[in-house]
Amino acid sequence: MDIDLLSNILYAMVRTGTPLLLVALGELVCEKSGVLNLGQEGMLLMGAVVGFIAALMSGSLLLGFLLAIAAGMIMSLLFGFIALGLNANQVATGLALTIFGTGLSAFIGAGFVGKPIDGLEPIALPLLSDIPLLGKMLFSQDLVVYLSFFLFAAVYWFFRSSRPGLVVKAVGENPHAANAIGLPVMRTRYLAVMFGGAMAGLAGGYLSIAYTPLWAENMSAGRGWIALALVVFASWKVERVLLGAWLFGLASILHLVFQGLGFSISPNLLATLPYAATVVVLVLLSRNQIRARLLAPMSLGKPFHATS
Amino acid sequence: MAEPHITPPRLTLRGITKIYPGCVANDSIDLNIEPAEIHALLGENGAGKSTLMKVIYGLVRPDQGEVLWDGLPIDIKDPAHARKLGIGMVFQHFSLFETLTVTENIALALGDEAGDLESLAERIRDVSQKYGMALNPDREVHTLSVGERQRVEIVRCLVQPIKLLILDEPTSVLTPQEVETLFVTLRQLAREGCSILFISHKLNEVRALCHKATILRAGKVSGECLPEQESSESIARMMVGDETAISTDYPKVDGKAPFLQVRGLTRTSEDPFGVDLQGISFDVRCGEILGIAGVAGNGQEELLGALSGEDQVENHDAIHFPEGPVGNFSPRERRAAGMAFVPEERLGRGAVPDMSLKDNALLTGFLSGLVSRGLIAHGKTRHFAEQIIERYRVKTPSSETHAASLSGGNLQKFIIGREIMQNPRLLIAAHPTWGVDIGAATAIHKALIELRDKGAAILVVSEDIDELFQISDRIGALCHGRLSPIKPTPETSINEVGRWMAGEFQSPAA
Repeated sequence: MDIDLLSNILYAMVRTGTPLLLVALGELVCEKSGVLNLGQEGMLLMGAVVGFIAALMSGSLLLGFLLAIAAGMIMSLLFGFIALGLNANQVATGLALTIFGTGLSAFIGAGFVGKPIDGLEPIALPLLSDIPLLGKMLFSQDLVVYLSFFLFAAVYWFFRSSRPGLVVKAVGENPHAANAIGLPVMRTRYLAVMFGGAMAGLAGGYLSIAYTPLWAENMSAGRGWIALALVVFASWKVERVLLGAWLFGLASILHLVFQGLGFSISPNLLATLPYAATVVVLVLLSRNQIRARLLAPMSLGKPFHATS
Repeated sequence: MAEPHITPPRLTLRGITKIYPGCVANDSIDLNIEPAEIHALLGENGAGKSTLMKVIYGLVRPDQGEVLWDGLPIDIKDPAHARKLGIGMVFQHFSLFETLTVTENIALALGDEAGDLESLAERIRDVSQKYGMALNPDREVHTLSVGERQRVEIVRCLVQPIKLLILDEPTSVLTPQEVETLFVTLRQLAREGCSILFISHKLNEVRALCHKATILRAGKVSGECLPEQESSESIARMMVGDETAISTDYPKVDGKAPFLQVRGLTRTSEDPFGVDLQGISFDVRCGEILGIAGVAGNGQEELLGALSGEDQVENHDAIHFPEGPVGNFSPRERRAAGMAFVPEERLGRGAVPDMSLKDNALLTGFLSGLVSRGLIAHGKTRHFAEQIIERYRVKTPSSETHAASLSGGNLQKFIIGREIMQNPRLLIAAHPTWGVDIGAATAIHKALIELRDKGAAILVVSEDIDELFQISDRIGALCHGRLSPIKPTPETSINEVGRWMAGEFQSPAA
């Protein structure tokens, strides 16, 4: 295998992994606050369709991205209102949000299927992009990919050294204790959910404006679910989310690679790899019960009633 | 304190009333706490202590009444506000985050005053040294013992200026030595001018520590006193009212034929921190209560696991019922053979927290006709649950209430009632009155004695040596997985059993 091919594979891996990374970072923050939002796929699609239409009609990619983010946040607020405000079951609410978002995005986007736009172009950074092997992968990407690097670093720093990060972790571990010492449980959870929505919206916009600049019904093709699996795969650790997103990205382009090398493996089979990997990781994690308990946010998915 | 008219009280409550749907938690309560005073708030479970504390700490808004802080009326909005005033609270169920370090936990509570973690860790070290509470700021909370976790809660209150420290039943999780250390710290704090509100129902501790006491009953103040000048009985009387019996001397009896025979029970613990049982032999006779004393962690869990059937023993003959060896019987088979079991943990093993009392009644009651042809007889089950509630005076809105929302004492009455109502021939009860108030403890003791007098064999494993002397007919102690000699209670003394608990005995020949 020559170095050009390898460098191209790495480039495609990062590009494919970017929407997964964005969604998973958002969901990670959300889950760290104790909220399980299974509506990622719905928010992703809404971001994609709204972003695409906005970019098409205005001709401004930036506006497209901004409205994609806004669409994701509005969807997440809907989830927040039902699951946090009304204390509904988070799993059911999240599933409903996915179904709702899938349907609504198809409805809104019906007239826009197949229309072309000029998508976001990659920007090769001078000098850096000439580094052998890694130059193309890291420094010949488009702006959203660079933004995803930044967001990764920001979330990493947030949980590692910031006080708000500590508050999010505390709220996700023991909301009653957090309430008792005066931390704003509900506000924290709402903000975390909205961050998740914004990230999913951005990822949706990336799909329809940059990755494959067009709109097609259900174009996210399960990426929301892969991102959810990714958070578990990463055992709620930020650095592993990055690794996992790229790994899962690699898995989903593997069939192309194999084709190029002359093998033929069913892409459907390869598409199961992320899920299989998640199951393996879950099994490994739960071998040590104490460690397993400490990894996942302890009150994940449990509604919080501020009783007094 | 010398010039009460010049210094206003630290905290004054006037006519505090809080009404929840279906119950008046606080009914116009008045309370005065002076600076440097250790003030006890006494009362049975459900008397309104917790609600009153939450009012002071800003977690609950009173429906009526007035709060005065240093003589000035104030409306405490939330815990953050309370902390700003200098009110700190140590919760009974600790409000700590297990995956975070001690420093991070404390930083969270302090808010913006926390500063950077390095200097906070330094402050934590200073405070813990000053008050004699050893604490490593860098440890994660889940690695700490219960006593150490309590220290985190206390230090969390002390790293900022504090004027009133509220402690909710702080001693219920501590060993006697830890209690003594805690009291030293509290006295030191009071000498420095901090007021302390000490919530408890352990009367001896209140008398040893507190300057004043306010007693609550059914949401109202039922008395005030200077604990040093009162006897435990007179304070208890104010807590429980005139109708409830406080404690009685129960006649000791001799048992008849043995029901449970344990012979040479030896077991290696699966838990790396567990205790191995070494050749344990004893009988529990029909019509007697056998008490086994001992400090927790000396093999009680392992013994109880083997007896209940949760853990199987290799030597099936080691545990005998009159019908034969039962060492390989499952818990269900043992229950069918007449055994009932009350585990130590009420929530999680004795009862399922998120299930109603009715469903919890079914959990062990299913053998006594509550299930027919695989279907649950809901009417019968409800009737069974309601009988337990009525007979054992379980305070609950209905049999549909979740187990988790009952107070410890009430839930324990329910669990013990559930077992006794099934007329077991052998009852094994672990720490039956742990964390339970006097009224409920007395009710539980009476129920056990009643069952004994009907001819059942009863084994009580408890850390409370006073309790064992009160109800047991014979008594022994566990230490490092070995069992002391067993003597009829009238023929031994607390001193002797105390020596057994420390391991000073010759193992009886197995």
